Amino acid sequence: MIPVLSVRGLKVSIRTDEGNAEILDDIGLTLERGRILGVVGESGCGKSTLIRSIMGILPRAATVDAGEIWFEGENLLAFSEAELNDGVRSSRVGFIPQDPLLALNPVFKVGAQMLEIMRWHAPDNGLRGAARRRAHVERLVSLLKRMQVPDPETALERYPHQFSGGQRQRLLIAAALACAPGLVIADEPTTALDVTTQHQILLLLRELVAEFGISLLFVTHDFGVVAELCDDLCVIYAGQTVEAGAVQAILDAPSHPYTRALLACHPDRATTFLGIPGSVPSPLARPPGCLFAPRCIDAQALCLTGRPPQGQARSGAEVRCVKFA
Amino acid sequence: MSPILRKLSRDLPAMLGLGIVLFVLVIAIFGPMLAPYPEDAAASHLTRRLKPPSAAFPFGTDNLGRDIFSRVILGARGALSIALTVVSTAMLIGVPLGLIAGYRGGWVSEGIMRVTDVVLAIPQLVLALALAQLMSPSLESAMLALSLTYWPYFTRIVYAETRRLSASLFVDALRGIGAGSGRIVFLHILPNALSPVIVRATIGLGFTILVAAVLGFLGMGATPPAPDWGLAIAESRTYLPRAWWYATFPGLAILITVMGFNLLGDGLRDIVDPRIRRSR
Amino acid sequence: MLRFVVRRCLLVLPSLLGLLVVTFLLIRVVPSDPAVAMAGDAATPEQIERLRQQYGLNRPIWEQFVSYVGKVATLDLGESAFSRRPVAVDIAQRLPATLMLTFCALAISVFVGVPLGVIAGLSHNAWPDYLLRVFSVMGIAVAAFWFAIMLQLLFSMELGWLPLRGEISATIPRPPRITGFMVIDAMIAGRFDVVADALRHLVLPAVTLSLGGLATIVRFTRAGVLDTMQQDFVFYERAMGYRRWRLNWIYVLRNSVTATVTQIGLLFGGLIAGGVVVESIFDWPGIGSYTVQAILTGDRQVMLAVTLLVGVVYAAVNILTDLVHGVLDPRLMERG
Repeated sequence: MIPVLSVRGLKVSIRTDEGNAEILDDIGLTLERGRILGVVGESGCGKSTLIRSIMGILPRAATVDAGEIWFEGENLLAFSEAELNDGVRSSRVGFIPQDPLLALNPVFKVGAQMLEIMRWHAPDNGLRGAARRRAHVERLVSLLKRMQVPDPETALERYPHQFSGGQRQRLLIAAALACAPGLVIADEPTTALDVTTQHQILLLLRELVAEFGISLLFVTHDFGVVAELCDDLCVIYAGQTVEAGAVQAILDAPSHPYTRALLACHPDRATTFLGIPGSVPSPLARPPGCLFAPRCIDAQALCLTGRPPQGQARSGAEVRCVKFA
Repeated sequence: MSPILRKLSRDLPAMLGLGIVLFVLVIAIFGPMLAPYPEDAAASHLTRRLKPPSAAFPFGTDNLGRDIFSRVILGARGALSIALTVVSTAMLIGVPLGLIAGYRGGWVSEGIMRVTDVVLAIPQLVLALALAQLMSPSLESAMLALSLTYWPYFTRIVYAETRRLSASLFVDALRGIGAGSGRIVFLHILPNALSPVIVRATIGLGFTILVAAVLGFLGMGATPPAPDWGLAIAESRTYLPRAWWYATFPGLAILITVMGFNLLGDGLRDIVDPRIRRSR
Repeated sequence: MLRFVVRRCLLVLPSLLGLLVVTFLLIRVVPSDPAVAMAGDAATPEQIERLRQQYGLNRPIWEQFVSYVGKVATLDLGESAFSRRPVAVDIAQRLPATLMLTFCALAISVFVGVPLGVIAGLSHNAWPDYLLRVFSVMGIAVAAFWFAIMLQLLFSMELGWLPLRGEISATIPRPPRITGFMVIDAMIAGRFDVVADALRHLVLPAVTLSLGGLATIVRFTRAGVLDTMQQDFVFYERAMGYRRWRLNWIYVLRNSVTATVTQIGLLFGGLIAGGVVVESIFDWPGIGSYTVQAILTGDRQVMLAVTLLVGVVYAAVNILTDLVHGVLDPRLMERG
């Protein structure tokens, strides 16, 4: 069975005043049907550029230099803007944004914004005009009910600022599912929420994946969330995939030094808090060798000369490190 | 200063503005040497009245046979000196008031800012015209009137900056080590508030040239036979449509000069504070 | 809603009081002896004394101020030295012409400026943007009186397409005055040839007057659009596949015009000042040419009345702007 989403060797750079910034260097990931793939990395590692590349909404100064993005058997990079807008966004790929307050247009009612999406992308089931719109409202109301938004009917007539953060996130999840997509991309959807709400949203997402038959790409910086929610994991560092595999296998036996260092930082697991010394290399001046080598405690002379090849660890994970080559 | 210049040199419109400003400055300083007929500031030649543009008179001649090209060049000095006088006087009034209002607080601040609001609520041109009339029309009273109506812009900027800075940590620290008010205000707050003031002054120079031209046009500013741009346009109206050049070239001179200051001011403002997008 | 309006009105009161103080000081304190100034050079001491009695100039200054405020409150703005009629009557007579002109200029500024601003913002740092930036700087830098003369030169004198000056052709009988607005009065009278003539007279002054505001609106709409395009919700809307033109012209624009609306409020100052010049060039029978006339003849009562009027209009426009803000942005209205 072909995977829902498969990114191969993606390279994206952005022209800046100071020069060409290589934001994504070599990203690879695979999301199988019906599963939840967590993409983990520190801020600035290229997570949002990855999402933007998949959705085809890169800034004007950015170019895709190499790679493929296969979605249900089609290469999205070959799609025109019109093809993406008419046939992919919302209708086949739903999106849950990071900050629910900032993502909703503050001056329009919630219902109007969600119906605007459905107007162009929801399947019409042979209905037209007012009947179609009524069907959309009905679907929205039932979705909101499923998301446990109180008073779904009146909710559509309210403005974004009149909801709490958790409720807004539920609205956005409903919007992502409104047009029945097969893939949903979630960009740190729980970061802006408090811990209790975060837990509820994660439970909800877990249920929805099975219930709506979707596959979920979940981008986050938080290993705790990954452990709670995801089936598979893909760790990104400085625009490269450094380790990818099943969540449980990687958590039990992290192979790449960066994954190990990250896990050591996580307060749930660390016996002593260890930061990672140094900082992510600037995208304007990537070092010639392994990108993590300057911060790696196990770095050898070999690591500084060439990019390490992809290898396989005993856990079954793909690892980009000389030790596993 | 050098990073500012470097950023400015990347901003094409701002460099164009700087070029225009320098050009006008050179003309203002060396005007009498550059003008082909410097004596036309006052002289009249009734034999060559209202001649259209030609090689001898690139912009044509006016109703008294004076070379308009020379008079446009000679007018730059007047326009710039009015603008510089007005803006520096307005700064001398506005900046200290803003500092006092921002640093002192209380009823002093409240009083100063209320007056500022009131003056800002009346369009500058209307107020300046009224003041100039009350002081009996002349170039000097026009300049005074313009200064008396432009200072609130500086007060408002300096007030806002002072408020922001006196709430900041470094001023707290200075107070903590026992620095006096005067020292804090003049050595620490004023230099920090200076860049928005310079931006405002640059735009203000252009704006003042424009308003001064209106005053000249309405007969409340420069008096004949001064080679004033606004005055020339007013005088030309009797000879339209025949002498189109009479009105056209002094107006273009105003347009280009004011544009130069505005472009430069906009560029400076983008460097100093990209968030502020106001201009006047 | 009501609370919102009342609050804004109360906030304006101190400024209006300040304005009264300023105008009062101008009329009573700036001239060393107002009675002498009023009576003129040829007056005898008896005449001056009579004036002093008549205007209460021998009473204490605060008493004079109170009676001045009382007079202003009852619309007693004194008598014009030039027309020998009450200033309030003159103003009422001339206000419709100015309102008509200002309204048309504002309409041009908004309906042309907002779309141009959106285009400039969307084509950030491409040629339409550069072109519009140069245009907007020119619009602010151009002297309105010169631009008016250039328009007259081209469209009236050379091409003869549009009338040179005035509110209506001298050869056409004026419709009976009902509202005071020439175009509306002509419509009521059923004289559509007069309507057309009046509209033709409006074009050049309205275009001249609109120029400064147009440039400002282009600038601020552009800035607003650039700002909005950076917002998370625009990315979200694009990710969800909003139709591009609806995204730009409805969802982005609606968020971007808030700054523009503020500017429209501030523009009124410029429109009134511009009106002074434009009206006098086009012989437009409104408040602006009245002001110029008063200034040139030294008609002090009129000058002060006009200054006061401008301040009041300005305050009213500010309240209106806040109100429109509240309607455009539901978050503001709730804060009150």
